[in-house]
Amino acid sequence: MKNKGAKQAETLKKVLRYIRKYWLYLVLSIAAAAVTVALTLYLPILTGRAIDLILDKGLVDFPGIFAILRKMAVVILITAFAQWLMNVCNNKMAYHIVQDVRDEAFHKIEILPLKYIDGHSYGEIVSRVIADVDQFADGLLMGFTQFFTGVITIIGTLGFMLSINVGITGVVVLITPLSFLVAAFIAKKTFTMFKLQSETRGEQTAFIDEMVGNQKIVQAFSHEDEALEKFDEINDRLQGASLKAIFFSSITNPSTRFVNNLVYAGVAICGAVFAIHKGITVGQLSCFLSYANQYTKPFNEISGVVTELQNALACAARIFELIEEEPQIPEADNAAVLHQVDGTVALNDVSFSYVPDKKLIQHFNLAVKPGQRIAIVGPTGCGKTTVINLLMRFYDVDAGAICVSGHDIREVTRKSLRESYGMVLQETWLKTGTIRENIVMGKPDATEEEVIAAAKASHAHSFIKRLPNAYDTVITEDGGNLSQGQKQLLCITRVMLCLPPMLILDEATSSIDTRTEIRIQKAFATMMKGRTSFIVAHRLSTIREADVILVMKDGNIIEQGSHESLLAMKGFYAELYQSQFAKV
Amino acid sequence: MKKLLVFLKDYKKETVLAPLFKMLEAGFELFVPLVMAAVIDRGIAQEDIPYVLKMGLVLVMLGLIGLTCSITAQYFAAKAAVGFSTQLKHSLFEHIQELSFSEMDKLGTSTMITRMTSDANQVQNGVNMVLRLFLRSPFIVFGAMVMAFTIDVKAALVFVVTIPLLSIVVFGIMMITMPLYKKVQAGLDKVLGKTRENLTGVRVIRAFHKEEQETAEFEQDNSALTHLQLFVGKISALTNPVTYIIVNVATIVLIYTGAVRVDTGYITQGEVVALVNYMSQILIELVKLANLIITITKALACANRIQSVFELQSSMAWKGSGDGLAEAGRSLTVSGQDEAGKSALPYAVEFDQVGLTYQGAGAESLSDIDFKVKKGETIGIIGGTGSGKSSLVHLIPRFYDASRGSVRIDGKDVREYGMEELRDKIGMVMQKAVLFQGTIRENLSWGKPDATTEEMNWALEISQAKEFVDTKPRGLEELIAQGGKNLSGGQRQRLTIARAVVRQPEILILDDSASALDYATDARLRKAIREMGEGTTVFIVSQRTSSIQYADQIIVLEDGRVAGIGTHEELLESCEVYQEIHYSQA
Repeated sequence: MKNKGAKQAETLKKVLRYIRKYWLYLVLSIAAAAVTVALTLYLPILTGRAIDLILDKGLVDFPGIFAILRKMAVVILITAFAQWLMNVCNNKMAYHIVQDVRDEAFHKIEILPLKYIDGHSYGEIVSRVIADVDQFADGLLMGFTQFFTGVITIIGTLGFMLSINVGITGVVVLITPLSFLVAAFIAKKTFTMFKLQSETRGEQTAFIDEMVGNQKIVQAFSHEDEALEKFDEINDRLQGASLKAIFFSSITNPSTRFVNNLVYAGVAICGAVFAIHKGITVGQLSCFLSYANQYTKPFNEISGVVTELQNALACAARIFELIEEEPQIPEADNAAVLHQVDGTVALNDVSFSYVPDKKLIQHFNLAVKPGQRIAIVGPTGCGKTTVINLLMRFYDVDAGAICVSGHDIREVTRKSLRESYGMVLQETWLKTGTIRENIVMGKPDATEEEVIAAAKASHAHSFIKRLPNAYDTVITEDGGNLSQGQKQLLCITRVMLCLPPMLILDEATSSIDTRTEIRIQKAFATMMKGRTSFIVAHRLSTIREADVILVMKDGNIIEQGSHESLLAMKGFYAELYQSQFAKV
Repeated sequence: MKKLLVFLKDYKKETVLAPLFKMLEAGFELFVPLVMAAVIDRGIAQEDIPYVLKMGLVLVMLGLIGLTCSITAQYFAAKAAVGFSTQLKHSLFEHIQELSFSEMDKLGTSTMITRMTSDANQVQNGVNMVLRLFLRSPFIVFGAMVMAFTIDVKAALVFVVTIPLLSIVVFGIMMITMPLYKKVQAGLDKVLGKTRENLTGVRVIRAFHKEEQETAEFEQDNSALTHLQLFVGKISALTNPVTYIIVNVATIVLIYTGAVRVDTGYITQGEVVALVNYMSQILIELVKLANLIITITKALACANRIQSVFELQSSMAWKGSGDGLAEAGRSLTVSGQDEAGKSALPYAVEFDQVGLTYQGAGAESLSDIDFKVKKGETIGIIGGTGSGKSSLVHLIPRFYDASRGSVRIDGKDVREYGMEELRDKIGMVMQKAVLFQGTIRENLSWGKPDATTEEMNWALEISQAKEFVDTKPRGLEELIAQGGKNLSGGQRQRLTIARAVVRQPEILILDDSASALDYATDARLRKAIREMGEGTTVFIVSQRTSSIQYADQIIVLEDGRVAGIGTHEELLESCEVYQEIHYSQA
């Protein structure tokens, strides 16, 4: 186990790798920050000197003042320019790094093994790519510049103050850390209050999620009043918790400001006493006062900056975790391109499991001749998709081999392997874009006639043409404006268009009515003619017509054979058949 | 935002006091340069150390008073802001609950959840910050100007020029960047959408080997976002340098004016220092103001989003809410009501030439639906995907209003009922089996709040759930996790049926709600429901003819129209659509 510090250092090193590309901006930014701070500190000195030349009636040295004012004007212009430069450089650096990191993360998503994507929630990965990257850029770069300017300011003011007067500087240095202590004290005290607040807030969100998310049920049972009552109860508790957390934490600001005021008063008294004893001039005193303000400010900010930096590093670590995740096994340079696939598929002594200690498929053999129909059956959740995962090489087998037309699928390009299959899954997925764009996914150069012919073959044409813009209707994210059945038809059209030599079909009975399904079955039948097909079967007719039936249970393939031979075995299949289909 | 301010009305006192105390604090801060001027002009010039000490003490006192005022202000601000958001959320929750199904469909539930949680929090932050700072900063800015006037009118004129100039710059940049930030947000949403889409569709994308195209599209969106961000960044990067120049040039002018005024004996050296201090106070406040504006901009955007939810009015008026629709509804009540002769009992449910067009849809989803149901009958509804089965049954509890014709229950138009009066008659089981976090008993009591254990057990028996509930160690008190995750699909479905049955409804609607049950259980369930009671009218929506073949009437729907009504045998003879469905399942 690496300790936290070492881990953070490691993350920081990786961050620096991204920054290196923009080192010029970084150098410029740091230089500009140094100039800004130095000149901002120099300005009060000039102001002080000018004031020293304004003594009393008739005792004003105008030529001297003019000289100083001219100098001030130059300093101001340079400072403003440096400030601007710093902002622009930081922006460039931050946004470009964000872009780079996101591009890299997205690229990684495209080549990650399915195992990773299946094993993580989408929300979690999305939040790494979006929220974490933002936080990281904001926190790290802004935090970094803030920290940097803060430190320079402290050192700079200290230096300038020392050069004017050691005694008064001592007063400032002694009182200032007080504000640091006060802030830390309050933060410690309010921690539990914030915890309570966020817990209660989480509870409220969960409740809202449940009630508003299922509003229709709430209304159907006239449960609104009870829901509101419960909501109010949580809401009131949240009010109490929030009030405490917000109020007590908001004491920090006035308290540190009070400490600053103490510093100011201390400087005023000591400064005046020194001035009386001619230790310093009035101009120097005014300069000191403005330093006292500037010196304390970074102290108030630094504790915030440190947490922000730590938070940013934590976010960065999460993104790097994604970016550094092991990608799928790259293709060999000499990987063959599958063409003229005849539809022979052979599974030789295949073993596979998702987790090493939970064995699933073991020493499985299956020889599929061209044009055969393989039905996969079993109760819900038995792992029928595992077979699809292996055939499409979404997952690699642990032992044995899967061969298509005599080629081990690990020795051919993924592209050509997947091109040989037409796949229709039960979970329909459509990308944001027009209907046409979705249909031509597998064949980008398809003509209008081909698209319509495919849509007609899958019985999708009639509903598509009734949509507001027919084939150019834009589908919102995840096909929100289409019904489940319509989405399914579109997915089928997609495969209809390119008609690859082998098919993987997930019969979906749940969302399409039986009559539409019969039409689709007919379309499937045309499609399947002469094509090797793997069908996750729900319908008896499909199962009866299959050449081989694979019976799955708890992830394992437990029986295989034809309908008759399996019935004769009087095993799990026979039992399943009796319970699910016999009486219908 | 303005309309949301009503939620502050219970916190009037706090809303006024918080900025007031903030201003008090700021006021004391404004005295500090004056005190310093006195220290310089009297303490140092006359070498009066006791005076200096006295003034030092005054500074500390000013700090202490400032601290007290400030903490008081923070308290009132926090109280008002938290109270505000509590009431806001209460009203929002109440409002959302009143929205009809049409509005729910339009907005989507996930949007509403965001409005209630993160948006409401942002607004709370905004209110808090506004109360604390929004008055304070302008007050200091103008206060500094006023104080300058008390020192010297001519020198103060510099402030009169500087402040409007600063406001123009700050607000100008804000006005330019605000719409741009909205665009940035839209760009970010696009990048987010793309990422999400690639995760949910990973199998399809890889099956069609679209990885490279997707990456290219992502990089394009991503780079567009970066350019937009850089563009906005360039504009807002001007804020600090420009304000810095204005304030400091003003300082130069101030020193020069001061020099002239001192030379002619109008003001003293200490007073020049005070003037310069006031100018730097303005600069400090401006920095705070700029940060504040960002928070406020965010809060305003959120407030507008919340406001738009409030503006969404339920398109459905219920009787008793006292408006004209009820009047109009009365005239719709025509048939079936024969108060004089009780012999002619009204039909339990009647559809009279009903048509339904969903909001925003072009065509009717249901057309010319016309049928009558006697009390105690069982009605099967069957038809293809999108044929309008669910739409039809959703009209009975008035989840949607018929756009043509009328739906009558016990001879009375559903628009004539009060909401609870109508829905208490009906037990509804939806397609999606949803249960809530809590015990099984709590979930069942949704159907009937005062249900006894016997009643619950009875309902569980009918819904074929008794057996598995009994195997749970705690029986009815067994906890159901959020979304019913600790139950199987079939168990969830049976419990949702029990929830509807326990209220012993006059009308029980099962909207394709036995899909996860195996054949035998489904058959037992249907038998139990048939024997449940004489008075219950049952609607069963199904895709399987086997589930409805014993119904008294079967309504066959196709493309939103009735394709046939009759018994199983009648339809098998006469209805082509029904035949097709039936034989496809044989």
